[in-house]
Amino acid sequence: MTSTTATLAGHDGHAAEAHHTSLPIENRKLAIWVFIASECMFFATLISTFLIYRGQSLKGPLPADIFEVPLVTAGTAVLLFSSFFVVMALNGAQEGNRRKLITWLSLTVFCGVFFAGMQVYEFSHFYHEGLGYSTNLFSASFYTLTGFHGAHVTMGTLWLATLLKDAIKGDLPAGKALNLEIAALYWHFVDVVWIIIFPVVYLMSLRS
Amino acid sequence: MADAHAAEHEHGSGGATYVKIAVVLFVLTALEVLLYEVCYGESMTGLASLGASLEPYFVELLLLLSAFKFWFVAMFYMHLKFDMKLLSWLFTFSLVIASVVILALLALFTYNRGLWWPGGLW
Repeated sequence: MTSTTATLAGHDGHAAEAHHTSLPIENRKLAIWVFIASECMFFATLISTFLIYRGQSLKGPLPADIFEVPLVTAGTAVLLFSSFFVVMALNGAQEGNRRKLITWLSLTVFCGVFFAGMQVYEFSHFYHEGLGYSTNLFSASFYTLTGFHGAHVTMGTLWLATLLKDAIKGDLPAGKALNLEIAALYWHFVDVVWIIIFPVVYLMSLRS
Repeated sequence: MADAHAAEHEHGSGGATYVKIAVVLFVLTALEVLLYEVCYGESMTGLASLGASLEPYFVELLLLLSAFKFWFVAMFYMHLKFDMKLLSWLFTFSLVIASVVILALLALFTYNRGLWWPGGLW
């Protein structure tokens, strides 16, 4: 394969020399996709563990005793909407529309904070109901899976918040939209993981 | 401005498409919760016969709805539908490995469950 050195021309007229690459794709974008691929396998092991231990706890509290479907449904809806918000922010960044970028990115960060807050509330509520980390097999696998997902949401929120700060300062012009695109890809991945977790962990567990 | 249109064309999507996808995702999530309520909830006793007929397929239906949501986000919000095929292959490859890991572990532990949990075969 012939190596090429691509030159990226920004929408704002600035030209930036891209990293040397042998593929017709920006290195950072390929890197985030490889990272996302590895994360798929990471979450696969956590979901497997939860499914293996499902219904094996010898003592409660059990999912049917403590899960609150309306609260988690609200959190799920907020996370889904945040994916919509960040893609609109990216649209704004690519158009060079700073106002649109800041508005939608602010909403995304707010959704991230809301979801993380919902999870903190949920965990503290469960703890006060007697569900500690080592109470039973359900609690250990549940806290590990959803806790790691919550950590990913928190990291994503912080990442997007730094980009929001850049956007407010005017440091995120159309030529740097790739910075937001990479963060948005990570954010969408966090969303699709929750798309799996919500029915598998919450709805299916309530059934049993 | 021409660049903005080019970027939009390149991704084959704009604000209107994103709004439509958001509505679809919201409806699919509502269907998931509705399915649970019809099958197992206490607030929809009037639909007990429907719930009884759907109950045997509860897990399959949930996974199907989730798969649709997953597909919409990956294809449109993550732009896989419009980006180079290499990325789609990379993501699909990792999903296949992840699925095999889940199925293999479930099969292994289900087969050996009697050894490791009380009340099993052995």
